[in-house]
Amino acid sequence: MKVGLLVTCLVDMMRPRIGFAALKLLEAAGCEVVVPETQTCCGQPGYNSGDRRAAQALALKLVREFAGCDYVVAPSGSCAGMVRAHYPELFHEFPEHLAEVQRLASRTYELTDFLVNVAKLKEVPGKFSGTITYHDSCAGLRELGVQGQPRGLLARIPGLKLTEMKEAQSCCGFGGTFSIKYGDLSAAIADKKCNHIQASGADAVVLGDLGCMMNIEGRLRRRGDGKTRVLHVAEVLAGMTDESRE
Amino acid sequence: MYFKPRASEKLANPTLQRALANFKERFVGARTEAVAQVPNFEELREAAKAIRNRALANLDLLLEEFERNATARGARVHWAEDAEAAARIICEIARTHGVKKVVKSKSMVSEECNVNDALEAQGVQVVETDLGEYILQLAKEPPSHIIAPVVHKSRDEISDLFAEKHGTPRKTEIAALCREARDVLRPHFLSADMGISGANFIVAETGTTLIVTNEGNGRMVTTLPRVHVAITGIEKVVPTLEDVALLLRVLTRSATGQPISNYVSFTTGVKGAGDLDGAEHFHIVLVDGGRSKLLGSDLWEALRCIRCGACMNHCPVYQTVGGHAYGWVYPGPIGSIVTPAYVGIENALDLPNASTLCNQCGVVCPVKIPLPDLQRKLREQQVDRGLRPWTERAALRLWAWVAQRPGLYALGTGIAVRMLSAMGGKERLLHSLPGASGWTGGRDLPAPAGRTFRELYRKRAVRQ
Ligand code: SF4
Repeated sequence: MKVGLLVTCLVDMMRPRIGFAALKLLEAAGCEVVVPETQTCCGQPGYNSGDRRAAQALALKLVREFAGCDYVVAPSGSCAGMVRAHYPELFHEFPEHLAEVQRLASRTYELTDFLVNVAKLKEVPGKFSGTITYHDSCAGLRELGVQGQPRGLLARIPGLKLTEMKEAQSCCGFGGTFSIKYGDLSAAIADKKCNHIQASGADAVVLGDLGCMMNIEGRLRRRGDGKTRVLHVAEVLAGMTDESRE
Repeated sequence: MYFKPRASEKLANPTLQRALANFKERFVGARTEAVAQVPNFEELREAAKAIRNRALANLDLLLEEFERNATARGARVHWAEDAEAAARIICEIARTHGVKKVVKSKSMVSEECNVNDALEAQGVQVVETDLGEYILQLAKEPPSHIIAPVVHKSRDEISDLFAEKHGTPRKTEIAALCREARDVLRPHFLSADMGISGANFIVAETGTTLIVTNEGNGRMVTTLPRVHVAITGIEKVVPTLEDVALLLRVLTRSATGQPISNYVSFTTGVKGAGDLDGAEHFHIVLVDGGRSKLLGSDLWEALRCIRCGACMNHCPVYQTVGGHAYGWVYPGPIGSIVTPAYVGIENALDLPNASTLCNQCGVVCPVKIPLPDLQRKLREQQVDRGLRPWTERAALRLWAWVAQRPGLYALGTGIAVRMLSAMGGKERLLHSLPGASGWTGGRDLPAPAGRTFRELYRKRAVRQ
């Protein structure tokens, strides 16, 4: 099965290791992975900022780039959700593209959802010793129903202990451009999330969206917590959590 | 009305922050429990949505049916095109009946129409009798929540307020404060000439208005004075009493986590020949105020709202800044839709943007309003009408232009990550970043690795 890896613009720039971790996991699940080289961004920043036309242009570009794939997989609930839950709405005024867009949308998955429900990954390659707590990012949880999948996969790593924090499902305050436009409000919401993470006593908070990771990590560090690690679920599952190895 | 500076002010108010934290625990917890006790709550939400959709699809016919049936039972229906008209009509009713004192039960539409100010301007005394609204009337503040209007205040503040305004010894027990308010309010109920209530729903088949309350004041407001005025929005009509029964099941559970409120008062027509109580004159004021314009627009689904407050109870932004930051009558996610819709999109630019689109509201809304989608629609309207700041438009346009050109994009991002990486130093953190103070004001920025995925991937492909 041919899987197109939607790297996502944030992973491409800010933390490429997540992309390689996703690649490793997909290959471990027996997929033939292609990475369309011209991919840039799914259009979400434009879509959520009200610039529908910019979003449509980028969405169409993405649809074409991944047209030959059986599935599209992203290490992000928010980008996968953009394609799966929002692309069809985005094209409702262009019926000529609708069929094509809908076909792609229905084959697009968040990574852990795909590994569990489609590729049926057998061996989880990751190693981790310590306690983690899992944060449910909003789009993955509420648009795609990603909740048990990452936890189930993580539970298969020997030495990893999962402890639930309070309000794991509440928003971390990221919200894309919201985090910059309403910075103090966004940081105040992140603060509550950080309180719950620290109260859980976990060594690391694990999640599936880089935007939320940057928000949470940024706030933890600003508060003076240099210790609690902030890891992507793909990094943990692939055993690629070591900073020195890139 | 500027949301942003007000929000910052609210963030810096520790009393408010404590009050909001308590409030969230209480309301979110109560709803979760109440919903868990109904095995098919999701089906009920679906059914509630269908009822409201049916009502909106037949709004004109149902309103006419309502008017016919209410009139047949001795009530009089008034149509108010906007807030001013509603206030004018109510003042006129007060004048006609020689009203000196009005007791009110809670009504957000009356807030929307500034009814109290209008009545007071013509010398009528207005007394709010819902405990929360009464406190706010003493404090001269607007409500900050649609069902828990005084949620922003601490008990200490209320103790001080009562002692000051009532001239009584300061009390701190909630029960004692309630008793004091009851003692003050009781004579007002008995001496008022007119009662003003809202209406959670109006029922077309019977001409009934009904209110959902917990304190019992609403029942006195609607039955003791000789004149009763019910004011509500035209969208509140539902076809049948059967429909009301279903909507109540989702309304109170979503609002306060109660299977049913302490009181649900149905008012149908005026006091009949053998009736012991009830108003002799019953006026029903139905307000448009922008609602009919929403019908058939991109935002029509907001009209399904049954004003339960669950969206704000579950909203991370509301939970962090409270209702006053929103600047108008309706706060929270639903406020961020109806405020721009009713007061003008250009007068509430922040509201639809001040949201993380987390959809914690949409998944609890009992009538399944897709609130984040509607916020996004309003963002689109702002862009289409050129209402966003030029810097934001330019940045978006540049980003979109570059992102459609993969070669240029690769070059640009390659340079950007190298710079950011260098700025991250040994700590691998950026403490400040020119042009991104919104981010770095309250957070560090984890430094990127310094090479993009695309570069590393290509290198790897060459190596293999
Ligand atoms: S939008 Fe939905 S959740 Fe919010 S007040 Fe209205 S009915 Fe309740």
